[in-house]
Amino acid sequence: MSDVLGGPVPPTPCERPATAVVECHDLVKTYPGDVRALRGVSLRVHAGDLTAILGPSGSGKTTLLQLLGTLDRPTSGSIRISGTDISQLSDRALSRLRAEQIGFVFQQFHLSPLMNVLDNVAEGLLYAGVGHRQRQQRAALALERLGLGHRLTHRPAALSGGERQRVAIARAIVGRPALVLADEPTGNLDTANGEVVVDFLRDLAADGTAVVVITHDPEIASAMDHRIEVRDGRLVESATNVTAGGA
Amino acid sequence: MARLSPADIARVASRGLRGHPLRFSLSALGIAIGVAAMVAVVGITQSSRAQLDDLLSQLGTNLLRVYPAPDLQGRQTRLPTEAVSMLGRIGPVTAASGTGELPDVGVYRSPYVPSGKTSSVALQAVDPSLLTTLRGTLTGGHWFTTANQAVPTVVLGSDAAERLGVHTPGTRLWIDAQWWVVVGILDPLRLAPSLDAAALVPIPAARTYAGFDGTLTGVYLRTDEHQVMSVTGVIPRTASPEHPDQVGIARPSDALTAQLTANDTLNRLLIGLAAIGLLVGGIGISNTMIIAVIERRPEIGLRRALGATRGNIAAQFLSESALMSATGGLAGALLGYAVTLVYAHVQAWGTSLPLWVGAAAVLLTALVGTVAGLYPAIRASRESPTHALASI
Repeated sequence: MSDVLGGPVPPTPCERPATAVVECHDLVKTYPGDVRALRGVSLRVHAGDLTAILGPSGSGKTTLLQLLGTLDRPTSGSIRISGTDISQLSDRALSRLRAEQIGFVFQQFHLSPLMNVLDNVAEGLLYAGVGHRQRQQRAALALERLGLGHRLTHRPAALSGGERQRVAIARAIVGRPALVLADEPTGNLDTANGEVVVDFLRDLAADGTAVVVITHDPEIASAMDHRIEVRDGRLVESATNVTAGGA
Repeated sequence: MARLSPADIARVASRGLRGHPLRFSLSALGIAIGVAAMVAVVGITQSSRAQLDDLLSQLGTNLLRVYPAPDLQGRQTRLPTEAVSMLGRIGPVTAASGTGELPDVGVYRSPYVPSGKTSSVALQAVDPSLLTTLRGTLTGGHWFTTANQAVPTVVLGSDAAERLGVHTPGTRLWIDAQWWVVVGILDPLRLAPSLDAAALVPIPAARTYAGFDGTLTGVYLRTDEHQVMSVTGVIPRTASPEHPDQVGIARPSDALTAQLTANDTLNRLLIGLAAIGLLVGGIGISNTMIIAVIERRPEIGLRRALGATRGNIAAQFLSESALMSATGGLAGALLGYAVTLVYAHVQAWGTSLPLWVGAAAVLLTALVGTVAGLYPAIRASRESPTHALASI
């Protein structure tokens, strides 16, 4: 855990690293009213992996993302994040895990209109026990990395959709998480902005972060290293793209 | 790790409140009104009490008025002339001054005023020591001196001067078929209001020029502060050995003391009413916070995703609620102080409003806000993160 906090795992883009950032086994999630969202899903995501979870709406992919992100608990099955079995963790410990190990990117950005861009990103470190001044410094660095160094004091409302999503990504990575979960990150963007976001996620994976992207768009999925297809709560296909392209 | 620093909690709370400035202001206003009412009630009654206390210590509570009571047939009696010197000899009595009304003598501006049109100004023959005994003061002119107490001179009570239209010493009055000179005009006598409507003349001059027989209708006594009660016991026999049953005793400061007690009762009632106002304000805040929690579910979900614990979320809404209430409390306390200042100024009182009243008001409202925010905060902390994120 501590070496992840200190910096990303050393990138080994050619060989697959031995440690799995996420490892889940036989996940089942049943909602009240006997709605079975997941019916036994097992998968592993390694550091440096860029993985797409593909599936039509209602297939259970969002549920899978929520379970991987520890926002919800599975009905049965086990999840390990960076080697820690999360089923026994308290709310406190789970929250701490989210604060330190997991970054989220949402389709709707979820930026606060009351704060400027810098404060929005700095909020990503609020619950990780980082002091105010350092939060601001690290947020500024993350925004520069995403090419938004000139937008620090703007409100999100003054930004384009693509810029907003980059702000949301900056917030997700400002704490240097081992795992970044993105739910339809390009869903509200045009193609050009979508490509910028995908390129950035690829860079992030190249630096050693495990990146999982949920999408229903096969084109986006095809740009990822790995594709996992979910249908009716089960994995139906798992493929590895050696190079980008080829559906 | 999960615990935020107080500065961060305050930062998050104030940012949350800035999101809905109007809603925030109105909820805080509800609290502010309750607090302003409380502080103003305390301030005004404290100031009025301080004023009365001041007056009491200035005038003293050790003054007694001895007066003749009607006899068995209901006829008005008078005290013997010797009553003053006899009462003055009681050990703890430090001063004794007699007054004798002359009911049959009228006071007129001039000989041409028809007989009987006296404007209800009574003529009182008084001991020259009376002013000191009553601790009275003059608006203008001077009191009787040893030089003029044997000549026809008058000092007017404040009401009497008003009724006769006399504002400057030196004016002459027509009393018992001869001119008397007004040498002074009194301020209102708080401990002897019955003398305010009287024209006072010195006893020696009254004997010579107005046929005063020396019998008295009142003796004012100053006694040792701690022996007022024991003095009261011996007064009737001393003042009128033959008819002790025809002697009445009053303590003029009792009226002021009663006013203080009455103020206290009213004070408590008004504070109770203001407290109800505060309670209503607290319910308003609770209501606002519940709506805020429902509206801000996506924010709650996001914060949970960023690593906020349930405790962090509860603390955020609780601190928002407390901050909202305390802001209202601060504004209300300032308003209450302002009202007190203005009221005291209008009444020409000194202002007596201790700082702790304001401080207590702000603390109390922070407490009210915390209690009001308890349920909404718990509700916010129980939002499931996935539910909250999906609810837009």
